[in-house]
Amino acid sequence: MRLLIIEDDREAADYLKKALREAGHMAEIANDGEAGLAIALDESFDVLVVDRMLPKRDGLSLVSELRKRGNETPVLILSALGQVDDRVTGLRAGGDDYLAKPYAFSELLARVEVLSRRRAPNSADTVYRVADLELDRLSHRVMRNGEEIVLQPREFRLLEYLMRHAGQVVTRTMLLENVWDYHFDPQTNVIDVHVSRLRSKIDKGFAKPLLQTVRGAGYIIRDGAR
Amino acid sequence: MTALGKLLRTTAFKIVAVYLLVFALFAAGVIGYLARHTQALVVTQITDAIDSEIKNLQDVHEDGGIGRLIDVVAVRAQQPGSNLYLITSFNGAVVAANVTDINNSVLSRQGWSEISYRRTDDAADNLHDSRALVRVVFIGGFRVLVGRDIEERERLRQILAAPARWSLVVIVILGIAGGLFITRRVMKRIDQMTATSEQIMRGDFGGRLAVTGSGDEFDRLANSLNAMLTRIENLMGGLKHVSDNIAHDLKTPLTRLRNRAEEALRKNHTEKDLRRALETTIDESDNLIRTFDALLMISRAEAGEVRKAMTDFDAGEIARDVAELYEPVAEESGLTLGIDAAENLPVRGSRELVSQALANLVDNAIKHGGTTAGSKVTVAARKIGDRIEFTVGDRGPGIAEKDRLRVLERFVRLEESRSLPGAGLGLSLALAVARLHGGDLRLEDNSPGLKVTLAIPAQPVQTKGA
Repeated sequence: MRLLIIEDDREAADYLKKALREAGHMAEIANDGEAGLAIALDESFDVLVVDRMLPKRDGLSLVSELRKRGNETPVLILSALGQVDDRVTGLRAGGDDYLAKPYAFSELLARVEVLSRRRAPNSADTVYRVADLELDRLSHRVMRNGEEIVLQPREFRLLEYLMRHAGQVVTRTMLLENVWDYHFDPQTNVIDVHVSRLRSKIDKGFAKPLLQTVRGAGYIIRDGAR
Repeated sequence: MTALGKLLRTTAFKIVAVYLLVFALFAAGVIGYLARHTQALVVTQITDAIDSEIKNLQDVHEDGGIGRLIDVVAVRAQQPGSNLYLITSFNGAVVAANVTDINNSVLSRQGWSEISYRRTDDAADNLHDSRALVRVVFIGGFRVLVGRDIEERERLRQILAAPARWSLVVIVILGIAGGLFITRRVMKRIDQMTATSEQIMRGDFGGRLAVTGSGDEFDRLANSLNAMLTRIENLMGGLKHVSDNIAHDLKTPLTRLRNRAEEALRKNHTEKDLRRALETTIDESDNLIRTFDALLMISRAEAGEVRKAMTDFDAGEIARDVAELYEPVAEESGLTLGIDAAENLPVRGSRELVSQALANLVDNAIKHGGTTAGSKVTVAARKIGDRIEFTVGDRGPGIAEKDRLRVLERFVRLEESRSLPGAGLGLSLALAVARLHGGDLRLEDNSPGLKVTLAIPAQPVQTKGA
């Protein structure tokens, strides 16, 4: 994956670039809004990571200009302003996701990986499949190995989100935001408990666990045997 | 600026000046109207008298012919204070008269005129010309003039004019004096208020505007400004208290963080130990960030910034969603979480903040309500009067009455709960959210346990259709 980091704090940008490289991704850096816009328009990237406050041209204006010119590269907006209304203005300007500073690198990595595959064909599928687990988005039925698994509505949405991003790490915050639509910190490990309940329904009694915990990052659903 | 200049520039004085002008114009108008009417009345009286005299003379002429008419006029003309008479033949020879020195052209046609004249019986040296209103009629080939002096009218005009002028002068003087008096009184109050506000601006927040107790508009203004000052003073006090708290409660974990890092550097540790130290450092800083976020959230809610982003949502749904989010955690802690939320409870506000406030309450209930296995946490949402009440009840040890207000403050954690995770901001946020929505937060005895009620105003029910 090739990324462009538009961030005026050079140390933060370098750290991010290095960490992304360790995760196997290439990253370019632009230090102000104008330069970032020029590079983003000139070259092709999988994801742009844009700081909200930038010299010369702020992040939101950069994103809306980019969208106005027909560039649809997914954008992750970084900001020290993390409140709900800030997030809403960020997304309204054309950002695809919003991450408040300070963030854990694993959170950023999970988000850019999901963003880079946002347009992947499977997001339009009506049936998601991981190994012998099958989720039908229209009939709201979940089958494993030919047997139906009965899920609560929320459990279904949780599994749906995990399976849409099968093979990718999703963090607890991403689940909270996308499955529950909450952007606050619930203080307790509520998500972990929900995930372990789901796991007991879909994995219990099967030799091959599909829903796995990624230490220090989040969860991933995948065909582990592959 | 001189004292007078200052006085003249005040609003009160300007208002008084405008009133004065309007009043003077009105008075002048009334007097003018009266004068005109009285004069018209006098003139009507004069013309009526002349008309009836002429009628009488015509009757005399009809009865006794011209000779008789001339005789009658001659007699009447000699009576003191009589009308003015002049009879001439058609070629202009004077037949009978008590007036002279008149403009002869008035005799050339019938009708009314105003002329100057002299009475024939006046002393010869009295050259003073008088004015008269006269009517000329032609009777039997003679020209007959009957008139009356109009000095009376002139005198009346003078009689009226003098008091009118004087009364105007008096009105203006009284007006200016009254204006100055009122303005000075108003200015005195304003000056007092200005002085007090300057004193407050210098940093003395104890200062208050004087209230005279008369209940006038200045008292009302002073009362509401005083209330505002009290509120500001409380907020300032709160702010100082908060910043002291923040300093203390953020510095403590920062110190801990620093100590741990130093400790990791000092000794010869294995890589595993160092790793552990770094991991706890990250955990610790995450906690700090969380605390910081919560503080920001509280201050934003308190500042009312979120108000513009409010939407309509259903309170019952919020309660069910939050309960559903925490239900597995409650179960893990050996508690049952019961939900009792009514349908269709429309409220207007920040869905996110209300959810978070409620989540904090539920989280607290699960953390503190779990002393005996199988005890229950209940989450409810109901409409009570014109408010929506969210209640979260637990069967834990509860909070002693004396501590119930204190726990709403930021960073306050009771001794009993120090061992549990948290920064002591959950209830503060819930309170700030309740206030943001125009509601409040109550802590009550759930006998046993604690019942927290978050009340916010309900949206008025809109009936659809007819």
